[in-house]
Amino acid sequence: MSFKHAIFEKNPLILLVGILIMVAIGGLVEIAPLFYLESTIEKVKGMRPYTPLELAGRNIYIREGCYNCHSQMIRSTRDEVERYGHYSLAAESMYDHPFQWGSKRTGPDLARVGNKYSDEWHREHMTTPRTIVPESVMPGYPFLAENDLKFTHISAELKANFMVGVPYSEDQIKYAETDLKAQLDEDSDDFDAFEERYPTAQVRDFDGNPDKISELDALIAYMQMLGTLVDFSLYNEKENNR
Amino acid sequence: MTNLSSPPTVSGLAKGLTSFCLGIGILLALFIVAKTTSSPMAFHGYILIIAFTLGIVAILNMGFGNDGKIKAEASPAGIFYNDGVVKAGVIAAAFWGVVGFLVGDIIAWQLAFPALNFDLPWTNFGRMRPLHTSAVIFAFGGNVLITTSFYVVQRTGKTRLFGEIAPWFVFWGYQLFIVLAATGYLLGITQSKEYAEPEWYVDIWLTIVWVTYLLVFLGTLWKRREPHIYVANWFYLAFIVTVAMLHLVNNMAVPISFVEPKSYTLFSGVQDALTQWWYGHNAVGFFLTAGFLGIMYYFVPKRADRPVYSYRLSIVHFWSLIFLYIWAGPHHLHYTALPDWTQTLGMTFSIILWMPSWGGMVNGLMTLSGAWDKLRTDPVLKMLVVSLAFYGMSTFEGPLMAIKAVNSLSHYTDWTVGHVHSGALGWVAYVSFGALYCLFPWLWKREGLYSLKLVNMHFWISTIGIVLYICAMWVSGIMQGLMWRAYDSLGFLEYSFVETVEAMHPYYIIRATGGLLFVIGSLIMVYNLWKTVRGKGDAIPLTQAVPAE
Amino acid sequence: MSTEPEYDEVTKTYTTGHEWDGIKELNTPLPRWWLWTLYATIIWSIGYWIVMPAWPLINDHTRGVLGYSQRDTVNAELAAAKNARLIFSEKLLNADLETIENTPELLEFAMAGGKAVFGDNCAGCHGTGASGAKGYPNLNDDDWLWGGSLDEIHETITVGIRGVHDDTRLSDMPAFLTDDMLDKDQIKNMADYVVSLSDNTHTVPEGTYEVFQENCAACHGENAKGNKDFGAPNLTDGIWLYGADKETLISTISYSRKGVMPAWADRLDPATIKSLAVFIHSLGGGK
Ligand code: HEC
Ligand code: HEC
Ligand code: HEC
Ligand code: HEM
Ligand code: HEM
Ligand SMILES: [Ca+2]
Ligand SMILES: [Ca+2]
Ligand SMILES: [Cu+2]
Repeated sequence: MSFKHAIFEKNPLILLVGILIMVAIGGLVEIAPLFYLESTIEKVKGMRPYTPLELAGRNIYIREGCYNCHSQMIRSTRDEVERYGHYSLAAESMYDHPFQWGSKRTGPDLARVGNKYSDEWHREHMTTPRTIVPESVMPGYPFLAENDLKFTHISAELKANFMVGVPYSEDQIKYAETDLKAQLDEDSDDFDAFEERYPTAQVRDFDGNPDKISELDALIAYMQMLGTLVDFSLYNEKENNR
Repeated sequence: MTNLSSPPTVSGLAKGLTSFCLGIGILLALFIVAKTTSSPMAFHGYILIIAFTLGIVAILNMGFGNDGKIKAEASPAGIFYNDGVVKAGVIAAAFWGVVGFLVGDIIAWQLAFPALNFDLPWTNFGRMRPLHTSAVIFAFGGNVLITTSFYVVQRTGKTRLFGEIAPWFVFWGYQLFIVLAATGYLLGITQSKEYAEPEWYVDIWLTIVWVTYLLVFLGTLWKRREPHIYVANWFYLAFIVTVAMLHLVNNMAVPISFVEPKSYTLFSGVQDALTQWWYGHNAVGFFLTAGFLGIMYYFVPKRADRPVYSYRLSIVHFWSLIFLYIWAGPHHLHYTALPDWTQTLGMTFSIILWMPSWGGMVNGLMTLSGAWDKLRTDPVLKMLVVSLAFYGMSTFEGPLMAIKAVNSLSHYTDWTVGHVHSGALGWVAYVSFGALYCLFPWLWKREGLYSLKLVNMHFWISTIGIVLYICAMWVSGIMQGLMWRAYDSLGFLEYSFVETVEAMHPYYIIRATGGLLFVIGSLIMVYNLWKTVRGKGDAIPLTQAVPAE
Repeated sequence: MSTEPEYDEVTKTYTTGHEWDGIKELNTPLPRWWLWTLYATIIWSIGYWIVMPAWPLINDHTRGVLGYSQRDTVNAELAAAKNARLIFSEKLLNADLETIENTPELLEFAMAGGKAVFGDNCAGCHGTGASGAKGYPNLNDDDWLWGGSLDEIHETITVGIRGVHDDTRLSDMPAFLTDDMLDKDQIKNMADYVVSLSDNTHTVPEGTYEVFQENCAACHGENAKGNKDFGAPNLTDGIWLYGADKETLISTISYSRKGVMPAWADRLDPATIKSLAVFIHSLGGGK
């Protein structure tokens, strides 16, 4: 054995190639099939790309590092389903670039937190968590309500998503900015066009301050839609077995 | 091959080319500063301009007025080792270590007393935690790895590092990467992929630095003067090249513009998740394991002054370790929306990985046969040996936690955090401390460390700290897991989530106290190392194995 | 450098003959226990691959002879748990709320179920002890905005208050300032008046009684004792949802509050909502 191994010990390039071959295999066998095996992503009704406002909120969620404490992945175990709702499907994060499944639950899972609380509750909870949940160890984010949401690049954001495979339409990309504003105001002129492009989106002023488009507006809009898209009454467990 | 007896030189062409490239970098950075709407990215642009300018000045100064000759001192064997960059590296490693541990302890206190978040953007837990993980893994661990690899590959190859500018470029380029990553997190720039949080432009910069690192390492191996490549270098090489592969694949993303920090990853959902944990697990496997095994393979036999236990074990465990590690990623995604078959592979390969992992521990510990008595007199060796024991413990715990039934309890809880830190504090940090304690006297040509007593103190204080940390996390993690799935007699969930948050409080205090001890220990180390460097008068030449040719 | 293997006295083995910077290697064979354990883990894994879904193929993956599927398993577990509770939950579904409360075994079941769900769904607003917080009513006392009978509580939980449910309980107090119904002075006086309702040492300017009757009595009642049909709180009992200091009252009257209680009909199943109603009713203040 030692005799044959000398070839690796005497030539760094052969050693390098040997290493590369060894470390390439596992990933190829495990990851590549996830792209071509049809069973990987379930067939569901209701999934749609994020609205511009929700996407902006998602970026704030990422920026503040909420994933360090919150998972968005209800595992298929009895206690998690009973506590948080139907286990998460792969389909539910198919437009998530990147995914937000998380790895540590210092706070509860958020995969289905949409519509669970009122906007008002979220406002107070994000600003001063312990006035509303005394036991909480979550940081307060009072600055979110004060910061204006920056959305000058929102079309470019949708475009980049489109380039990595999210099926945004040309109009959705083009009118991203007006769509973002329209989701906050039912009475705006652009509302009808918005509703046509995103029929299932929730529309209202989320941060309780109609005069301002704040980062909190976007974050709450994002949280209020989490887990609300897939219609589980139409979901076929049997057909999607894998 | 360089001439054994002539001092190293740097060519004007190399200086010109590198300066030119840095000049282009300055132009790109200026472009970013002028065009971007993101103030953090503009800030990064300024940092780049300053760094590249300083880089050009430094490069043009190399060998200036000296016919391109670099100031260097020959070792007793007549080899002009490049120890300058190693000296810079050990200092950087010690510095980043303290920073990383300190931030770790701050976030530990934040979890116990959330008021410490101060409700500010740049001090909240969500932004500080990635700062901690990157500071300890990449800034501290990375500097230890790069530095020791530069030292070890020169000594075991009996040759000077390949290139003159390149090693320094790797060193400073890597520090630049750390600064960009760390300030980015605090300013809110992150991709949110654990251990790969930096955004696309920082990822690109790291790629450039890392490829240069690979070339320096390979080049040095190429011009070595030993017929065989020593086992430590197999591990270093595997670490460098695999991290390059992982980094490139996991960070593929489309930026929204070339002057904005935000990007969207190429993959989404389940594919992105597995790519991430393929990366994440092998950041553990190759950064925190293979690389540090390289350190172990040099410093343990050197310090114990004993031959390595088994060459054959080296071969078998090296190849099996690198082959198997890659497969184990799915154990981070048990019971998730990842398909069952992938989880099966992740779990079984994690279990097969147990013995190949332990191969390193066996080879290290058994190297001490005939030298165990040295543990009584040499606390540095003690640290190295205990690091192997922790390595053995965490690589036993790991496969255990990879079993689906166990993982259904441990996942998402503090048990994982405890596992991480038994590996991170016990193995990674201890083997690094051991190497630093060896290197400082060697590099500054001191007879020994300033104080072995202080090393012993460091050892005991931080060991108590580790024990407090991981025991607290075992208890809290298992308790958390059990509470989440506890049912009352009628089959209803017994506890609400916030009740489990409340129950963690005492353990978070114990953990933070343990962390504080660990920080104090590392400060003692820094003091000791500093005194060693400052030690006056007793500088003696390094005793070097003289070649028998 | 030596190229000849050397004999190591301590371990009684030969070295390989290589040396790097003074480091040599022994030619010790692989430890047997190590190798056998490695083989054992491999053999065990092969067995596991045979019985479980494991290897990817072109169109599918190996399914494993056990035909295991994690989702089937958890669905079966959930069904079993549901089954174990079936007698109870069916009885819950069929019984009316009073009967549940009067049948000890059903009551015990409903209480346990209600408590479990309360912790993760309601405690966020009403507190772990259900004693409420500013803007979120205390559910332990016997002061009810929308009625404290079993049926009323059940209805509140099902449809929510100012929620998204089609039949949600709806009643918005006007924002007297922004809706231009009262001016600032009048509102200040109204706040004084509201304070006086529960604190009879507090004096009120002339004429406020009339303003109250005109603007507020429709909902809060002539004697300000509230009206559960509109979820209008009793203003005389010293129990406050938002607070009794003048500043809070002025703000309440100026802008109104419009607190939202989510509807749970879409999130929780009917038996669970019944359990919750019974649980809340039992908390002390049930009427
Ligand atoms: C230090 C850890 C931590 C961080 C960081 C954190 N949270 Fe939390 N979060 C918690 C804890 C603990 C709870 C449970 C107690 C509570 O409700 O406050 C919680 C609860 C929540 C809840 C209520 C979930 C439910 O179902 O009851 C939401 C929504 C939430 N967090 C959103 C966020 C968002 C958005 C961010 C980032 C901007 C964030 N959290 C950051 C710890 C954290
Ligand atoms: C988002 C916060 C929120 C959550 C979650 C919530 N509630 Fe409420 N609840 C409220 C608010 C606000 C009111 C008072 C609304 C008003 O002003 O009329 C209320 C009122 C009630 C009332 C009526 C009290 C009365 O005096 O008539 C009951 C009963 C109740 N909640 C039960 C529950 C139960 C049971 C749950 C969980 C399944 C729950 N709530 C979850 C916010 C919440
Ligand atoms: C259309 C019905 C309606 C009218 C008219 C009305 N209220 Fe109310 N009031 C409510 C409701 C419903 C609430 C419950 C709080 C909420 O959710 O807005 C409330 C709450 C209050 C509270 C808060 C009680 C607490 O516990 O904190 C005060 C004070 C109050 N009203 C005063 C008044 C005064 C003074 C007027 C007249 C100037 C008035 N209301 C007119 C429906 C009404
Ligand atoms: C003083 C010493 C240290 C302290 C007090 C400390 C503390 C912490 C804390 C509080 C967390 C967050 C845990 C959570 O989210 O619940 C954490 C995470 C982490 N730390 Fe440390 N740490 C220390 C040293 C280290 C070192 C030396 C390393 C690596 C070499 C390390 C690597 C990590 C990693 C990888 C995580 C993320 C774990 C996960 O995602 O599961 N830490 N640390
Ligand atoms: C045979 C070796 C090992 C195996 C099989 C293994 C297995 C595991 C498992 C199963 C988890 C939990 C995943 C989850 O539930 O989320 C985990 C987490 C982790 N392990 Fe290990 N482990 C091993 C060795 C090590 C070592 C030596 C370290 C060194 C520091 C380490 C560092 C980590 C880190 C940082 C995480 C946390 C990842 C995260 O969630 O952020 N592991 N490991
Ligand atoms: Ca707003
Ligand atoms: Ca990255
Ligand atoms: Cu892992």
